[in-house]
Amino acid sequence: MIQFTSKGIYCIPGNFYLDPWQPVDLAIITHGHADHAHLGMKNYLCHHSTVGILQRRIGRDIQVQGVAYNDPIHINGVKVSLHPAGHIIGSAQVRIEYKGKVLVFTGDYKLQDDGLSIPFEPIQCHELITESTFGLPIYRWDPITTQNDRLKNWILSNQSNKKTSVLIGYSLGKSQRILNAVADMGTVYVHESIAKLNEVYTNEGIKLPSYQVIDLKMDTKHLERQIVLLPPALLDTRLIQKIPSLAYAICSGWMQIRGARRWRSADAGFPISDHADWDGLLQAVRESNAEKVYVTHGQTAVFAKYLNEIGIQAEEVKTDFGNEEDIQTVFTETQP
Amino acid sequence: MKTFATLITALDSSNKTTLKKEAIIQFLTHATEKDKLWFLALMTGKRPKRSIATKDLKIWVLEITGIPDWLLVESYAAVGDLAETLALLLPPPLEKSDKNLSDWMEDISILQHASIEEKKSFVLSSWNALNTMERFIFNKLLGGNFRIGISSKGLVNTLAQHFGIDADIIVHSIMGEWNPYEFEFEKLIKGEYSDTYLSKPYPFCLAYPIEKELEQLGLVQEWQIEYKWDGIRGQFIKREGEIFIWSRGEEIISSQFPEITAALAQWKENMVLDGEILAYKNGRILNFTELQKRINRKVISKSLQTEIPVQVYLYDILELEREDLRPLPLQQRRHILAQLIKHNNQPTLQLSPLISPTNWTELRGIQATAREINSEGIMLKKKDSIYDVGRKKGNWWKWKVNPMTLDAVLIYAQKGSGRRSAHYTDYTFAIKDGDDLVTIAKAYSGLTDKEIIEVSRFVRQNSLEKFGPVRTVRPVLVFEIAFEGIGYSKRHKSGVALRFPRILRWRKDKTVTDIDTLDNIKKLIQ
Repeated sequence: MIQFTSKGIYCIPGNFYLDPWQPVDLAIITHGHADHAHLGMKNYLCHHSTVGILQRRIGRDIQVQGVAYNDPIHINGVKVSLHPAGHIIGSAQVRIEYKGKVLVFTGDYKLQDDGLSIPFEPIQCHELITESTFGLPIYRWDPITTQNDRLKNWILSNQSNKKTSVLIGYSLGKSQRILNAVADMGTVYVHESIAKLNEVYTNEGIKLPSYQVIDLKMDTKHLERQIVLLPPALLDTRLIQKIPSLAYAICSGWMQIRGARRWRSADAGFPISDHADWDGLLQAVRESNAEKVYVTHGQTAVFAKYLNEIGIQAEEVKTDFGNEEDIQTVFTETQP
Repeated sequence: MKTFATLITALDSSNKTTLKKEAIIQFLTHATEKDKLWFLALMTGKRPKRSIATKDLKIWVLEITGIPDWLLVESYAAVGDLAETLALLLPPPLEKSDKNLSDWMEDISILQHASIEEKKSFVLSSWNALNTMERFIFNKLLGGNFRIGISSKGLVNTLAQHFGIDADIIVHSIMGEWNPYEFEFEKLIKGEYSDTYLSKPYPFCLAYPIEKELEQLGLVQEWQIEYKWDGIRGQFIKREGEIFIWSRGEEIISSQFPEITAALAQWKENMVLDGEILAYKNGRILNFTELQKRINRKVISKSLQTEIPVQVYLYDILELEREDLRPLPLQQRRHILAQLIKHNNQPTLQLSPLISPTNWTELRGIQATAREINSEGIMLKKKDSIYDVGRKKGNWWKWKVNPMTLDAVLIYAQKGSGRRSAHYTDYTFAIKDGDDLVTIAKAYSGLTDKEIIEVSRFVRQNSLEKFGPVRTVRPVLVFEIAFEGIGYSKRHKSGVALRFPRILRWRKDKTVTDIDTLDNIKKLIQ
């Protein structure tokens, strides 16, 4: 039913691709991050909430069809439906069914409920294609309330030390989570690239706390001692240095490890992730009841080996996904 | 543990000295007397003997978590620190603990006499009462090195500033034997338990790299010219019969060189000398790598002393019978020093030999061959110069020999540790031997963070293995390796070993066909 090709994951009977990285006729897109939603597809199909993101990021004139969760459509005799993945707004697992056989492609996902995206929904299937970004047992996330408390305590101590709290996370998904978590600590200033994506959330009827938009090229004096949200692309630029009394924290699952925190020499690092942790990955695999698991981006070799050892048939698959949370991309290169 | 964990978190997460200092001062304000002493003890390398083997800690974590051994290995490779890996692998704690640092240290000290079952039960219940950061600290306390976020020198400077005491006094006060049970923190660092005057060193006078043509320095005869020796620069103090050897790093290293201490004891005078400690055998100065084997050893055995004997080349005298000689011209100091060395006649303490070229051109020839006697270049000191404080331009110059270089290809890569644990930073390089590639050197430094990231990505995309810390990579990336010396060795496949190899630059303009051959490299061996 499925073939892993150099263009992407291909559904043979359906004649469509899942998150392809090279131009194809029909692409089903799991979510709006750049490593899953590439430009150049003749037709896009994704969740309703992802439509606006694709239009913003790829182009207004793309051919894109939005569908709801749990609302099957048929493509060349293959039954296709999207199901919540809990990763970011509009993120979806793709379920495909053909001649009684069911396959699920998770895209990126997390099991924790971040309060903004619709929580992950386990789906039974014969074959599962799962990500493995944090597929090592050292990655175990704290409950979201604990994560948020840490953030707030850090901001509190900055406030008493007369420092400006700058929080760095992806503009799509992470930033909105952070905004939601820290809004009651004071006025939150967000970078314009984040503000644009905030609109996507509000357009979809998701209420976000109020915020101010900033342009770092303009005067930044008024940011002193406030809370500022920036995307990772601004790290290592001169612009960030314009912020007075700066203390900055990186919010990313990679920050679980001291080495990663120290490499970036940020003032703080918070392991807040939109990906499943080790336990989450295992739980998702178990709950799918899949007979066969394909492991894409991340700790593919390690996670596949472990699954085989615990009696779940698994193999790794090479894809182009994963640059999104790839540590060197996150922290050193410009985000598309 | 909370106060201590807060301190360690702060020290660990910032690379700004001011923030680290603030955190230490915060800690000193809030911590108990005993905690402060333990902190000082830990940060300056005084800790109880390791009572639990790392192997046991690993076994217990595997038991608790039920993960296979290979997965722990993979996790360790990603984290780069075992204490941290174990802390992260353990399930969240079910209990809480309000023991402070000294309580923990006392519990750990007692463990030495405990049975393995008692140890296990202590460790398991401790893990179950600590959060990840506290667990990490606890695992560190149990064993290995406790060097986090600040060097012992950095700590001493912070204390010096905060309490308004000379850093030298603190270094002296906290060296030697003391334990946190019998001392008071402030009295200890203020030196109330010891006489600090006796050990007080002078700041070293340092040379600048030469930046002009030799001819611009004037007459060659105005300069005292010596070889630059590649050893440990030291200050040798004898006052009222007590002997202290200070390193340039402002650490007291007397105990590591018992033969030098003994020779100084034989001198009739009280004095302060400046010189270089060198490994010296059969009339020849040995590689610094030999001397290195004696550094950071707690006990210097007799056999080590025979295997790697040391000698001091004395450069200067700064004080004689309590009189400060530094304002005297170098020529005069050298004369006094020479006489003292002569009449005390201790073979371990030698006068640094002079070079007397008749003109600058002759000196160029001498500099070019300095490496043959394991010297790293030439020192030029104005004969009428005083012994200055720190690095002053004009009177003292150093003129180092150029490093040797070769082009080699990257064949193995390994993840670094500490802050480099997410990247491939430790490399093994090969050169050509006929149609084969043979390893020639390992190198860890010399690339920028950006280059490391670029190489890491190449390694991930071009490696043959999927498991374990070492990756064999396609031989594509060529680097220029600088090194200070070369000799035959059995350790490398190539049969030769480089001294101080480091990456000079990434040769993106070269391919594997351009790298050096073993035959060519062997020609460099003296």
